[in-house]
Amino acid sequence: MNDSLDPRVNRLRLDKNDGSFKVEEGENWNVFEVFHQEKRGAHHEHVGCVHAPDASLALIFAKEQFGRRKKCVNLWVVRSADILAFDLEDEDMFANNPDKTYRDASGFKVMEKINKFKAQTK
Amino acid sequence: MYGGGYIFDEPNRKQQREEQLHDDPVKLAAFEARIARGEKIEPGDWMPVEYRRQLIRLIEQHAHSEIIGALPEGTWITRAPGFKRKLALIAKVQDEVGHGQLLYNAAETLGKSREAMINDLLSGKSKYSNVFNYPAETWADVTVIGFLIDAAAIVNQVANSKGSYGPYCRALERICYEESFHLKQGHDAFIELATGTPAQKAMLQDALNRWWQPIMHFFGPPDKTSSHSEKLMQWKVKMASNDDMRNQFLDAYVPKIWELGLTLPDPLLKKNADTGKWEYSDPDWDLFFEVIKGNGPCNKERLDVRKWAEENGRWIRKALMREDEMERSALPVA
Repeated sequence: MNDSLDPRVNRLRLDKNDGSFKVEEGENWNVFEVFHQEKRGAHHEHVGCVHAPDASLALIFAKEQFGRRKKCVNLWVVRSADILAFDLEDEDMFANNPDKTYRDASGFKVMEKINKFKAQTK
Repeated sequence: MYGGGYIFDEPNRKQQREEQLHDDPVKLAAFEARIARGEKIEPGDWMPVEYRRQLIRLIEQHAHSEIIGALPEGTWITRAPGFKRKLALIAKVQDEVGHGQLLYNAAETLGKSREAMINDLLSGKSKYSNVFNYPAETWADVTVIGFLIDAAAIVNQVANSKGSYGPYCRALERICYEESFHLKQGHDAFIELATGTPAQKAMLQDALNRWWQPIMHFFGPPDKTSSHSEKLMQWKVKMASNDDMRNQFLDAYVPKIWELGLTLPDPLLKKNADTGKWEYSDPDWDLFFEVIKGNGPCNKERLDVRKWAEENGRWIRKALMREDEMERSALPVA
């Protein structure tokens, strides 16, 4: 007999459990990464993941988990196993990006040259 | 909601500490320097064995707390007073279960499978926040949980969201946003009873009296008795001490209770004008540990219900399973 305050719990006849139940590895399916688009024209941004047996159900779970409030116009899901990423240890390969001023508008000082020219031709 | 400052640890962790001694000192120094600079640690990064173990323990127990925490409130969905309260309660309970999913995912990035976490919950090896071992006897209990337990959890979660582990911080950011709705709807329902009929006020006061001790337990034992915090603070796993979080909670919420003409069952509770700190009677810590051990009023029911759900949900999980998909199993990447 249960004596829960919840009549639904009392109807479950919980005492029949013998304690031997175990969830099997893999029983909670695969992992899918979820990407959320807030409005038309915006990028899809990674927001988290869901467990699902396949991509179409992952999309339904993603809607419940990441699209149930605030703005959302679209969601993507992709298997976590299909994501290819650089090793975090290799992050030094991006280290000199800020030094490449020749790839940046700020690396070209045209006003200095114009002012110098104007000063010379006065 | 539902972190809870106190995270249960098994008493004898000597073997693990031995392993920790074998962490590569150069990598350890780089790891600690990264945290000191305020940078986040990501799943693929090298991390000390003990850091990984403590984070799994913390995030997993946080996840279990969300799932178990939905049970005492879920009980009241069928009996919520009115359509608006019912809608809000359904939304809140769904959020809590969603938070559980977000947190399980964050813990999975550290290498423990969701199935292993669920099994550890069902076997009693892994714990959840102690407050959910108490029953929600009346609707007033639901308003106390929604207002004050959520408020306490927010104090804890806002602190943790500034921690060092990227996936946990990202999950908490989303969780804290949703918690602000939980707190507000809880406060609203709480005020409605506090300013209602004499019977409503009495029901709320009774619930408050019963929940005050579990709320004082929520942030865990006093700092003077808790061990192994220093390293966890340096690694930004633990972000604030139990007493500091309790004080922060009392400072923000006791005035909000008193202003409604309600009382709290602690004659010593007051703010010390000189120190700015709250003073209170020590809650019964023996009882706290007794409930963690499994001897609270609802421990058995909570786990039995979880076990029932896992056992009776198995057929549909299996029916949906696609063998060709299973070969590609992987952990979440972020």
